[in-house]
Amino acid sequence: MDTIIKTAVNRRTVLAAGALGTAMLAMPSVLRAQDKSLKIGVYGGYFKNSFDKNIFPEFTKATGIAVESVAEPTGEAWLVQLEQAAKAGAAPADISMMSQVAMIKGQSTELWTPLDTAKLPNAKNLLDRFINKYPDGRIAGIGAVAWYITLVTNTDVYKEAPTSWQAFWDPANADKLGLLALVSNSFLLEVTAKTFFGGTNALDTEEGILKVFDKLAEVKPNVRLWYRDEAQFEQALKSGEIPMGQYYHDVTGLAASEGHPVRSTFPKEGGVQDSGCWAVSRASKKIDEAHIFIDYMSQPAIQATLSRKVGTAPTVKRELLDLNEKEFAAVSSDIEPILPRYDLLTTKADFLNQKWTELIVG
Amino acid sequence: MKREAPQSIADYGPLFFPAGMLLVFFVVPFGTMIVVSFFQRQQGGFYTPAFVFSNYERFLSVFFGGVLGFSLMLAVTVAICCVVLALPFTYLLSKLPRRLQVIWLVALLSVLSLSEVIIGFAWSTLFSRTAGITNILVQLGLMKQAVALSPSFGAVLTGMVYQALPYTVLVLYPALVRLDPTLMEAARTLGSSPVRAFFNVLVPALRNTIMATLIMVFIFALGSYLLPQILGRPQHWTLSVLITDQAIYQSNMPFAAAMAVFLVLVTLGLVALTLLIGRKGEKA
Repeated sequence: MDTIIKTAVNRRTVLAAGALGTAMLAMPSVLRAQDKSLKIGVYGGYFKNSFDKNIFPEFTKATGIAVESVAEPTGEAWLVQLEQAAKAGAAPADISMMSQVAMIKGQSTELWTPLDTAKLPNAKNLLDRFINKYPDGRIAGIGAVAWYITLVTNTDVYKEAPTSWQAFWDPANADKLGLLALVSNSFLLEVTAKTFFGGTNALDTEEGILKVFDKLAEVKPNVRLWYRDEAQFEQALKSGEIPMGQYYHDVTGLAASEGHPVRSTFPKEGGVQDSGCWAVSRASKKIDEAHIFIDYMSQPAIQATLSRKVGTAPTVKRELLDLNEKEFAAVSSDIEPILPRYDLLTTKADFLNQKWTELIVG
Repeated sequence: MKREAPQSIADYGPLFFPAGMLLVFFVVPFGTMIVVSFFQRQQGGFYTPAFVFSNYERFLSVFFGGVLGFSLMLAVTVAICCVVLALPFTYLLSKLPRRLQVIWLVALLSVLSLSEVIIGFAWSTLFSRTAGITNILVQLGLMKQAVALSPSFGAVLTGMVYQALPYTVLVLYPALVRLDPTLMEAARTLGSSPVRAFFNVLVPALRNTIMATLIMVFIFALGSYLLPQILGRPQHWTLSVLITDQAIYQSNMPFAAAMAVFLVLVTLGLVALTLLIGRKGEKA
């Protein structure tokens, strides 16, 4: 799951490198002007750049809290750094955007300061699934942004958009698919469970998981590319070399708007929705400022801005947003999404990884 | 002049710097890796210091044995292909006028400046159905329709040979340039054809160099993890790919370390075996 973020950063890093420097140069003056400040960790590259440009200056204007944005490294490296620093009583960032798996791992060492809903009036705007809780109910993190993985096709090769994930299993699509190569970022077990076994509950038992693996194995002859590197699949999708697969809804939409013959479809079983949380390191002393920031980010208007400017799916309820149909469709869908089983990706990580590797390599 | 044995600690002075570098950049990291390989993995967390063999146990399976076997086979194949291609090439190169040699060497060195990513993507384009070399063959009337040559074992092999070939040439080049030209002349005077002289005189004379080159390319190829991913199917992924998966994507450092230690040990064992056989052959 963390890989999504890693790769999300990769694809976004390319877009952005230049403006980043400018934004950082502009920061010190903002810092000097303010007494209150916050260090906020965001995925480096496109995310950080977009936040520096579209979100943080407005936040400082509205609240008087200066923001120093910190580029988070990819993978779980940031979680490890936060954990080590917290042991020494330091916080490289007060608030960080964290992947769901990183949230769960951080919970195991009480890394996240529990958040107080009394100080977060806007948190009620969020969809329930975006509130990350400790097992005892304390709130560990609040949904920051979300994004979808959908069924993508090349429009030259597929004149009609497929309607279901079942297209992956269609023998007519032999050697035509590009799928993500890791159990932790492809979420194909969840997709298989939802498509053929009635829902991700089918993954509750090891027996069920094995059944889903068996079904998923039938996809293998259709897969041309198991990709870790997004650029590789995106290129092949645009050229029609690999005309079908799973990919990110936002980037596919961007490519389509640039005139490439690609489309992203929300299958009737739903797209896969992944997301990042805001979480506060237990070593941070700026709890109040952190609450103000998280509350600010949970406003429908800010979530709408994120959708328009950054291309992420909102974490707040649809009816609160002023996004029109087209704007909403560009980042999300009303079809109930497939939610990744992050719990399994942590508790059964090695079992799933082993079976998965044997499935695709063997 | 006879070289005297070092008398005092100061005489060993020049060794301190390389020894220090070796310690800091090889012994310490490798030692850390060995230590971590015995740590206890915590699912849904990190790892805790311990002394367990479970990471090695997990590796000792038919599945990982197969992946290890494939990685070794691939590296050996790359090494042999490289030497088979590079030896005649370098020999002919060493016969060229100095100026032409320099141009060739500069061209080869420039290939080294390409990153593995660029090499991988370039070959995957060349091997693609939509933009690849088979389109040229179709235009020439040699093929009915364009096909995709990648992902396949051939594509992985081509990419890796392409990447390792400049190194091979650069290692063979000094030995071939310094080779006594009278050897080949004598063979020719005695009535041997050029091809026969090449195989009967030059190859045996360079046996140690060739062996060293094979080992170097083998080890170089064994560490490759990007090209098998870009140009191959999952069954062509090397052990290095799976180590990366564990270390970066699963944060399972202990298991990744155990696999890496195992790979290093197998590699060292194979190299030692090769040298041992070579030495025995020399005595006979």
